[in-house]
Amino acid sequence: MSLRTPLSRARGLGAAGEGVGRWWRERLTSLALIPLTLWLAFSIALLGTADHAAVTTWVAHPVNTGLLLLTLVVSFWHAAMGVQSVAEDYIATEWRRTAAVVGFQFAAVLLALAGVLAVLHIAYGS
Amino acid sequence: MAAERDERPLSPHLQIYRLPLNALLSITHRITGLVLVLGSVWVVALLVAAAGGQQAYQALHGAMTSWLGQGILFALTLALYTHLCTGIRHLFWDAGLGFELATTRRTSRGVIVGALALTVLTWVLASAANGS
Repeated sequence: MSLRTPLSRARGLGAAGEGVGRWWRERLTSLALIPLTLWLAFSIALLGTADHAAVTTWVAHPVNTGLLLLTLVVSFWHAAMGVQSVAEDYIATEWRRTAAVVGFQFAAVLLALAGVLAVLHIAYGS
Repeated sequence: MAAERDERPLSPHLQIYRLPLNALLSITHRITGLVLVLGSVWVVALLVAAAGGQQAYQALHGAMTSWLGQGILFALTLALYTHLCTGIRHLFWDAGLGFELATTRRTSRGVIVGALALTVLTWVLASAANGS
């Protein structure tokens, strides 16, 4: 016997199989990415065709290190959710859709991790 | 029979229906979002190369400063700002604001002008930074 209310048992059983959590996280990450991507794009522009020393000095600055880590995590999180939305709309076969979504999520985590480790290595590794 | 079937009126489908600007910007938002995944991969590659040392970074740097590399970077900048501007409008829509037809037409133009202006500004700053 379940002590859960009928409403709580019915929640998440719709076509999407889940609630509004992802919708809300998509909006929150996009809101966070407005200042973060503007900062990153203008920073890259101002670095221009900088040499290795200039780039590593810039990355190693504590403010840049922190914002870079934040941008990497939030943007790949946002990308994973965005790709999932697109896959869910255009890939009809369930196993193909699930494979695409899970495959991209794995790739996103790997890429974000690679970026984070690279930033930490530049900032603290040497 | 076949000829008769061919003459049937067809409902407007994507191939013959001219997409309104809003619909074009909607699909553009999705396409630029996917393009930006490649942009993120480029940023990670840049960071990993910079962490790898002078030589690894120099190889990527050479590709970036080539004619083709600069073109790709320009396209990525445009994709970034287009996605940013249409995305900001989506956030307003999510808040229930700006649904009137006249308003959406105005914001559609605003989104395009904004994306182009930010792209030009970024590249002007970049070339100024390189010049000095």
